[in-house]
Amino acid sequence: MEPTDAELIAAVLRGDPASFEPLVVRYQPRVFATARRYARREDEVEDIVQEVFVKAFQRLNTYRAEAPFEHWLMRMAVRVCYDFLRRHQRNRETNFAELSDDEGEWLDRLGAKGDASPDAAAAKQLVGRLLDRLSPDARLVITLLEIEERSVKEIVKLTGWSETLVKVRAFRARAQMRKLVVKMQPEKYL
Amino acid sequence: MNVTELEKRLLAAARAERPSDRVPYAFEKRVMARIAALPVVDVWALWARSLWRAAVPYALAVACLAVWIHFSAEPATPGDRIAMDFENVVLAAAEESSFESSLEF
Repeated sequence: MEPTDAELIAAVLRGDPASFEPLVVRYQPRVFATARRYARREDEVEDIVQEVFVKAFQRLNTYRAEAPFEHWLMRMAVRVCYDFLRRHQRNRETNFAELSDDEGEWLDRLGAKGDASPDAAAAKQLVGRLLDRLSPDARLVITLLEIEERSVKEIVKLTGWSETLVKVRAFRARAQMRKLVVKMQPEKYL
Repeated sequence: MNVTELEKRLLAAARAERPSDRVPYAFEKRVMARIAALPVVDVWALWARSLWRAAVPYALAVACLAVWIHFSAEPATPGDRIAMDFENVVLAAAEESSFESSLEF
């Protein structure tokens, strides 16, 4: 029978770092999926995941076992991703660059049929470019609230922000997103 | 199509696109190697190092204080001298009487 999270954590805290490996194996797919929401390059994703586990190892003595280990780890993952976004605030220029042919085509189809396949690579690319131009706060809140469809209370737990702050940031993030959509000049395509 | 609708469609596209949870081969080994390479925190060594670092500034501060006290001491006033003489006389008398009593014993 596989040891439980609590048993593995206790072993690590007793001085057996090797017991941390099964925890990494168990939770790395989830952490990878979370990191891929915020970073596009695979080397950046790997750096984020590595940082999450190293931080988790270093702060394991602060884990109080009041919530499942997975929740504690995911909270850490979200915070590391947020730090990553803040460190890598790319040149988020105010005017949206010209859309690629694929992106324009996707918008064309959306305008013509009112229904472009939502899983199109162009749509993914377009959304990625939009999210890249949001501020770190806005991107985090839009990702958690609109894309992962989490509740405000869940976001409070994940980010450590107050409920009011989450709501204010969500409001500002939506406004920022709308501004960016306008800058895409959708009337040119739709 | 208005902007709000377009925004909704874009978010729907993002929701439909679930990020992959694929893990590179032996990634956990990489994490464990990095953990093994972490410097071990030795509290006593940190304490000793900070003490050594603090030694020179403290020695300098003590030297400055000593110099300042030495040069800022005011010369004794006539009033101080009278007080000192009076103290010497009283103590000498007291010492003399205690010496005599010890001889008698």
